[in-house]
Amino acid sequence: MDWLLRLWVLQPGSMATFNVDDGYLEGLCRGYRSGILKTTDYANLTQCDILDDMKLHLAQTDYGDFLANESKLTPTLIAEKCREKLINEFFHLRAHAVEPLATFLDYITYGYMIDNIVLLITGTLHERDTSELIEKCHPLGMFDAMATLSMSHNVSDLYHSVLVDTPLAPYFVNCLSEEDLDEMNIELIRNTLFKAYLEDFYHYCQTLGGTTAEVMGDLLKFEADRRSITITINSFGTELTKDDREKLYPEIGFLYPEGIARLAKAEDIEQVRGAIDYCGAYRNLFQETSFNADKSLEDAFFEYEVELNKLAFEQQFHYGIYYSYLKLKEQEIRNIVWISECVAQNMKSQINQYIPIF
Amino acid sequence: MFLLNILDDTDPYFWAFIGVGLAIGVSVAGAAWGIFITGTSLLGAAVKAPRIRSKNLISIIFCEAVAIYGIIMAIIMQTKLNEVSELVLDDYYAGYSIFWAGMTVGLANLACGVCVGICGSGCALADAQDGSLFVKMLIIEIFGSALGLFGVIIGIIMTSNANFD
Repeated sequence: MDWLLRLWVLQPGSMATFNVDDGYLEGLCRGYRSGILKTTDYANLTQCDILDDMKLHLAQTDYGDFLANESKLTPTLIAEKCREKLINEFFHLRAHAVEPLATFLDYITYGYMIDNIVLLITGTLHERDTSELIEKCHPLGMFDAMATLSMSHNVSDLYHSVLVDTPLAPYFVNCLSEEDLDEMNIELIRNTLFKAYLEDFYHYCQTLGGTTAEVMGDLLKFEADRRSITITINSFGTELTKDDREKLYPEIGFLYPEGIARLAKAEDIEQVRGAIDYCGAYRNLFQETSFNADKSLEDAFFEYEVELNKLAFEQQFHYGIYYSYLKLKEQEIRNIVWISECVAQNMKSQINQYIPIF
Repeated sequence: MFLLNILDDTDPYFWAFIGVGLAIGVSVAGAAWGIFITGTSLLGAAVKAPRIRSKNLISIIFCEAVAIYGIIMAIIMQTKLNEVSELVLDDYYAGYSIFWAGMTVGLANLACGVCVGICGSGCALADAQDGSLFVKMLIIEIFGSALGLFGVIIGIIMTSNANFD
């Protein structure tokens, strides 16, 4: 009878043992989540006439006096400061995390690392100045060898240092070789790496098991499907062949394998609509865009992503809240940038096109 | 085979003392389990919502109560442990009854401690988001802590006739 207890209750990640290592950070992350701007905050922000008013309103929220020392406010500056606060919070969580949460948080940063590496590759190919490239890199995706990476003068060196120094080596090794790096379109490289990363992350979450696997599984499947649909739609009218396109679709997701096979053959948006039709959620998203001329498919995807990420907080004792918190804060930063741009350019008519979160 | 007589030959004091140990030991394990589950969530949530600090100590107190049930039962049971010069049938009864009462109380308190701990953790996190939820979640915890009480009641009934004369 005791072994029954041990079997079910003491599984890693189960309710009874989760708090030993991760209880404090879960409470902390939920505390951060309660600081996400609400509809009342957005109502205040949309009524501002100048950026200084926005600074006043933001000072009363969780952001506090983060703009206190800035004299000249611009939307880019506000976005940068918001992002800085988010990154400080993320690194605080990462610093306190132990395994397996530490690996999970590292996996979240790999996506940004891929963007940074693609940026460095492009820069190296066009012979840009390395220090200015590093400034443009996303702070969440920094890794130690970044400086040496930018020192490499040709793509071959870059490839070898990436293989040795970054945790992204498996994604390069499996799908790209050194020759590909030179010839392939940079976007193809980015998408191939991201496909490998998504699949790897998904399988890692499945090994964690329990609620984490369930919540993260849904979130990552949606991300994979979103990328497949976006790649398909963006490839109409370009020289990307259907075979190449099919190689970019991640093999996880609600659309895998049937929808993906149909997407691979699609030639216009009606065929895309037909391909995803059997998935109720995506069918609704496409219908929303056809009813509402203002709303693009991208906006519909963002809205649906916000819904999914909010749901992650409904369950306790899992790691999905860290991923969801990051995504929701990024959406909040996009909203703040949209509102501040509308305020700065005095285009109040479109100011309500942000995506409300709570 | 000597194994066939093992239950006959074991001294009833062996069973009785293990029973007392189980009552207190496993109850304290349950209480400790509950306290760390609640405590870590409370610490994390209190960083951004310091107002929850004092109220949510009630959850910790409910977990502590589980350990107190264990102590009470252990004290009651050990007062029945007198030294006898010669073992009679009643003593065998006493030995078994104290052992299984201890097991009952211990396991009931273990489950109760874990239950109150997980509820308390949810209560702290919910209170940090929305203060009006606290009292409702406390009622759930009260029901949870009744489980330990059930164990104690049954334990007392089981050992009421146990006596080492």
